[in-house]
Amino acid sequence: MNATTTSASNISGKSAGDSLRFYGVWLVGIATLILLPMIFSSGGSLTSFSLIGIAIVFALSYNILLGQTGLLSFGHAVHYGLGGFAACHVMNAVVSHGWPVPLPFIPLFGGLGGLAFAMIIGWVMTKRAGTVFSMISLGIAELVASSSLILRSVFGGESGISTDRTALPKMFGWTFGPQIQVYYLIAFWLVISAIAMYALTRTPLGRISNAVRDNPERVQFIGYDPHVVRYIAFCFAGFFAGVAGGLAAINFEIANAAYLGAIQSGLVLFSTFIGGVAFFFGPILGAILVTYLQLGLTSVTGVWQLYFGIIFIGIVMLSPGGIAGLIMMHRPLARAGTLQTVIPSYVVAAVPTLALACGVILTIESIARTHSGQSSPINLFGVAFTPASPMTWASAAILIVVGFFVARLSWRRVADAWDRAATIARDRGYLA
Amino acid sequence: MTAAIELNAVEKRFGNVGIIRDLNLSVAQGERHAIIGPNGAGKSTTFNLISGHIRPSSGEVRLNGDVISGLGPFEINRRGLSRSFQVTNVFSRMSVWENVRCAVLWATGHRYAFWKNVDSLPEVRERTSQILDDIHLTHRRDVPAGLLTYAEQRELEIGITIAGGANVVLLDEPTAGMSHAETDRAVALIRRLTEGKTLVIVEHDMSVVFGLADRISVLVYGHIIASGTPEEIRRDPKVKEAYLGEEAH
Repeated sequence: MNATTTSASNISGKSAGDSLRFYGVWLVGIATLILLPMIFSSGGSLTSFSLIGIAIVFALSYNILLGQTGLLSFGHAVHYGLGGFAACHVMNAVVSHGWPVPLPFIPLFGGLGGLAFAMIIGWVMTKRAGTVFSMISLGIAELVASSSLILRSVFGGESGISTDRTALPKMFGWTFGPQIQVYYLIAFWLVISAIAMYALTRTPLGRISNAVRDNPERVQFIGYDPHVVRYIAFCFAGFFAGVAGGLAAINFEIANAAYLGAIQSGLVLFSTFIGGVAFFFGPILGAILVTYLQLGLTSVTGVWQLYFGIIFIGIVMLSPGGIAGLIMMHRPLARAGTLQTVIPSYVVAAVPTLALACGVILTIESIARTHSGQSSPINLFGVAFTPASPMTWASAAILIVVGFFVARLSWRRVADAWDRAATIARDRGYLA
Repeated sequence: MTAAIELNAVEKRFGNVGIIRDLNLSVAQGERHAIIGPNGAGKSTTFNLISGHIRPSSGEVRLNGDVISGLGPFEINRRGLSRSFQVTNVFSRMSVWENVRCAVLWATGHRYAFWKNVDSLPEVRERTSQILDDIHLTHRRDVPAGLLTYAEQRELEIGITIAGGANVVLLDEPTAGMSHAETDRAVALIRRLTEGKTLVIVEHDMSVVFGLADRISVLVYGHIIASGTPEEIRRDPKVKEAYLGEEAH
């Protein structure tokens, strides 16, 4: 069902309506980026939007490897981090030498930093795909992360390299001091990068990358060296990761060892996978959700990583195609006009599922807060629970047990509704 | 005229085991050459040696007079040799159209291009739809290759093999596992698509072999024991003893 990947879409038979819808989606995306800060103009939301923008560029660059070429990297943050450091050094050099380079060009240097490192180590790394590639990426990530603490003149040691974005030459009278200006700078680079990365999937190289992902052996017998294909894809991924790192450097006005560490590498894998690797827009959704959760959860709970873990396991087990896979699963139903027969069963199933989730959250928070010596009440939908009180335990137990059994029943009904809807869709020729 | 394919004293050993022993084979330009032999005789290994999938332990392989043994599969493919696989070997998550188009890209000179829109390359589009027409899969163009029926996947396999326009085509049991009607269709397809090309085919179905081949080589235990026209092979006592005798059930 999820076999319809980015590569399997209808191409030359594209009708005028399809291409209108295609450009429509991009225009809506751009308009959203422009209008967002006008609707949510608080400092906090601007910061969040900026971080989300950076995360989207980073996740899209990661999907060039994972989704399009089939390379599972555990060290993608290396290019992001080196891009960040490159951007900081260039910014400082621009300021001290008085070069006429305005701030909006800086992410390009971040990209070149990521690209340069990808070009140097990529040839050896991409010789083999699969586990070998993954293991080497892990090794390189450790190597770079530990060097970053040793090579103080380049990486600035523990404190990192700091910079001042407002000291660079102005452009259009923008100082890039206020966060709103930085946001638009990030949005600009997000649009440019997303278009470029999308375009990349529509080139001969992009298509051959898909072929290498599916069957590297056969690619050799149609004239291609899979090693070269992987290498070029790796360089592109490095470049755009570097752009994201450069944007982060501008946003935070610092680059430090955390940029290129294992946590950052894990986070981008996490975002991309949760969003869904089989569709171009998957990583965008993943980056939005993960960054939003990261920002939101950290203020609510001390054990946010635990929830990340649960979400990740849930997605991997229940929807390997990620959020994008879940959404696209419904496309044939929507086309066949049977989507509305499924929706009610979702609504019914959502209630016990939510109850189950609340029970789990209560349990986790009770344990976590008691062990860390906190006694602040657990606030769930306006109801305050005292951690580890008998009342809380009882509520949690009831929510979990009842929620679980009712959820099981209701999800079975979802499956039945699906079968009926899918059968009709199949009869009408919208589903293979 | 130089032979399209020439194998001189090719050996392939895995450890101490000689799979291919002193293999000599010559296939003339434009010839349809069948390699037959009992299971385990080394027919697929011979294809792997010619196409660069594995390297010979000793001896040399020549394509149109040039030594190609030791080159990688993609280098050999670029010199005009293409092969199919016994076990279907397609890009399963990509559509039929994408499968064939990928096989057209190198030959049309687009290589690793990342500055061209793959959808707006007229010669690629024309060639791809021509091939899809040839292999009768136009109506299945948007279906992921992994969801095709077995016979359709076999046809796609042939389509990918010939899409690059190679002059020397190696087909490894193209009709294996097909019904009688499907086999007839596939043979007609092969005959039409390899018109004017050099064809080397490994096949178990004797009606296919004797109906298609200009010359036949018989491979037994990694060694060619006879090579000749279908008539000569049919009469050869060594072949009768070693191969056809066993197969005559």
